[in-house]
Amino acid sequence: MSIFIDENTKVIVQGLTGSQGRFHGLRNRDYGTKVLAGVTPGKGGENVDGIPIYDTVAEAVAATGATASFVVVPPKAAGAAILQAAEAGIALIVCITEHIPAKDEALVYARLKREFPGTRLLGPNCPGLISPGKCNIGITAGEIALPGGPVGIVSRSGTLTYQALHELSQQGVGQTTCVGIGGDPVPGTNFIDVLSAFEADPETRAVIMIGEIGGSEEERAAEYIRDHMTKPVVAYIAGVTAPPGRKMGHAGAIVSGSHGTAQAKMDALRAAGVIVAINPTEAGEKMVEVVRALS
Amino acid sequence: MDLFEYQGKQYFARYGIPVSDGDIADTVDDAVEVAERIGYPVVIKAQVQVGGRGKAGGVKLAGDAEEARAHATSILGLDIKGHVVHRLWVEHASDIKREYYASFTLDRAAKAHLCMLSAKGGVDIEQVVEEDPESIALLHVNPIDGVNVKDLVLLVDEAGIDEEAREGVVEMLERLYRCYIDGDADLVEINPLILTPEGNVHALDAKVTLDDDAAFRHPEWSDFAYAQDGDAREALARSKGLNYIGLDGSVGIIANGAGLAMSTLDVVNQVGGTAANFLDCGGGANADVMANALEVINSDSRVRVILINIFGGIVRCDDVANGVLLAIKRVGLTTPIVIRLDGTNAPLAREILTPHLSERMMLEPTMIAAARRAAEIAGKGSK
Repeated sequence: MSIFIDENTKVIVQGLTGSQGRFHGLRNRDYGTKVLAGVTPGKGGENVDGIPIYDTVAEAVAATGATASFVVVPPKAAGAAILQAAEAGIALIVCITEHIPAKDEALVYARLKREFPGTRLLGPNCPGLISPGKCNIGITAGEIALPGGPVGIVSRSGTLTYQALHELSQQGVGQTTCVGIGGDPVPGTNFIDVLSAFEADPETRAVIMIGEIGGSEEERAAEYIRDHMTKPVVAYIAGVTAPPGRKMGHAGAIVSGSHGTAQAKMDALRAAGVIVAINPTEAGEKMVEVVRALS
Repeated sequence: MDLFEYQGKQYFARYGIPVSDGDIADTVDDAVEVAERIGYPVVIKAQVQVGGRGKAGGVKLAGDAEEARAHATSILGLDIKGHVVHRLWVEHASDIKREYYASFTLDRAAKAHLCMLSAKGGVDIEQVVEEDPESIALLHVNPIDGVNVKDLVLLVDEAGIDEEAREGVVEMLERLYRCYIDGDADLVEINPLILTPEGNVHALDAKVTLDDDAAFRHPEWSDFAYAQDGDAREALARSKGLNYIGLDGSVGIIANGAGLAMSTLDVVNQVGGTAANFLDCGGGANADVMANALEVINSDSRVRVILINIFGGIVRCDDVANGVLLAIKRVGLTTPIVIRLDGTNAPLAREILTPHLSERMMLEPTMIAAARRAAEIAGKGSK
């Protein structure tokens, strides 16, 4: 099994007619994902490499029965695109758009929570998610993932997600699902949402969690793991050497005072029984040991 | 983008938040001229983006032209924790009856806006948080609903704001919220927010951090270009649109994605090297971006080796490879480069680079191997 998506997930791409949307939307389809429609206001009736384009998400959903949307539109338009998908009944919205103003993000999150509590938003500013061999929504290079499990991956950083996939696949250890939650201050889906889904998924037998400096989500995840997870977790936190008071690229990645440091997060995770690695390669190696011990 | 105090006050004024009469001055003569114009007593304040200005001698009261001249002379050029004062803010001095603290920011854990209000203003708020957290009243604001007067009245009461200041503080918080929301700030902070003997409430200081991602709807932000002080390498990087933070090591780093860039810094450190910078070349790492990145790193005389660590997702490794080759020509780079590439189109990228490999350009199969090689080269250079 996989979490959030599987081989039957029907996907639309909001922004399929743009250069990024086209590149990644078609790459997702080539991977085997059921990419059934695209949405671009004003371009209804056109097609992208045979995939029909609709003016609105509602029309695309009516025509295809899609339940997931891949949002790849510019930051100005992203908030409205996410809400339009939620209004059309999309259950899983994956938004890769980077640089959405924080106010827009907070407002979209609040509206989803109040008006569309059943909708899951992944991102924004995330690489998406892949269930190897079944479905790939987002910008992850499918060939670096290995089907068959038993490891689930959850990560706040895009490129470190790929690094983790790569480390495991190189060692012949497959993944059930790899979820990038994104590095923005208000992610639609957080570590705990994904960890609990992995805990409930019978095929996932161990989890790699990749965090970074800033915020307190890793500490909250540590509490959740301590209290609710039975499956082994290996964690890596990026930014041990990050100077305080500077945003390290992601809007969310900042150490302020003694808060949000990598050390505090690693300590919290260790105390919760998590195996903490000091770099992505070591995380891969430790997970290989964990998986060998399982079988 | 962090604003200087005077810019923060100008920003506050746009949203009707009362601030003291004042003006900027870049020379001693200008400072005296401003002081004469607005009337004594005046406060002369160093414009630097670092805390502890007062203790460092960067804030002084002047009662006449002679004092204004003496203080302006002593503050201009002063080095406050590595920030040299190039600009002063001269404002009419206020009589202070009480000092409060007020701010709005995003509480990420609660996913809501957060107002903090305290009757203990004028001191380092982090210290108040540590020593007397009870004295800070908190109000979470749902982004859909915004602030309402009823909640603010309760908050002001909870914070223990003096009776005579309450109405003024509530009004101030409403305006501060508009400045925070409509002004697209990540942080608006007034410390101290003062009550004058006449019963007026106004902002004696201003700390404003703008959300760079919202710049597209704020053409007026171009006025704040002066806000960008500090590191020359960072100024160059900013002018090229790069996400760069200068550090003081000898391994120049280019990676794609903030997480991988942070991780690269960590790994370089673990294998005995020191990072010269953080540079996330982002999702659009084409030839131009690469050339710009290499140019910025090349401007850093401490850099002995450059480590390029790319895991292609949205970035295609062949673009990166072509970019590196082009950049070397364009920038005239002679510093050795260690490259690690994986992900989208990585085999093609390796093919592109292979004929160019030398002692100046090395390809390593993994992140750790690349970091080791870079640290080794940087170490040799230091001997």
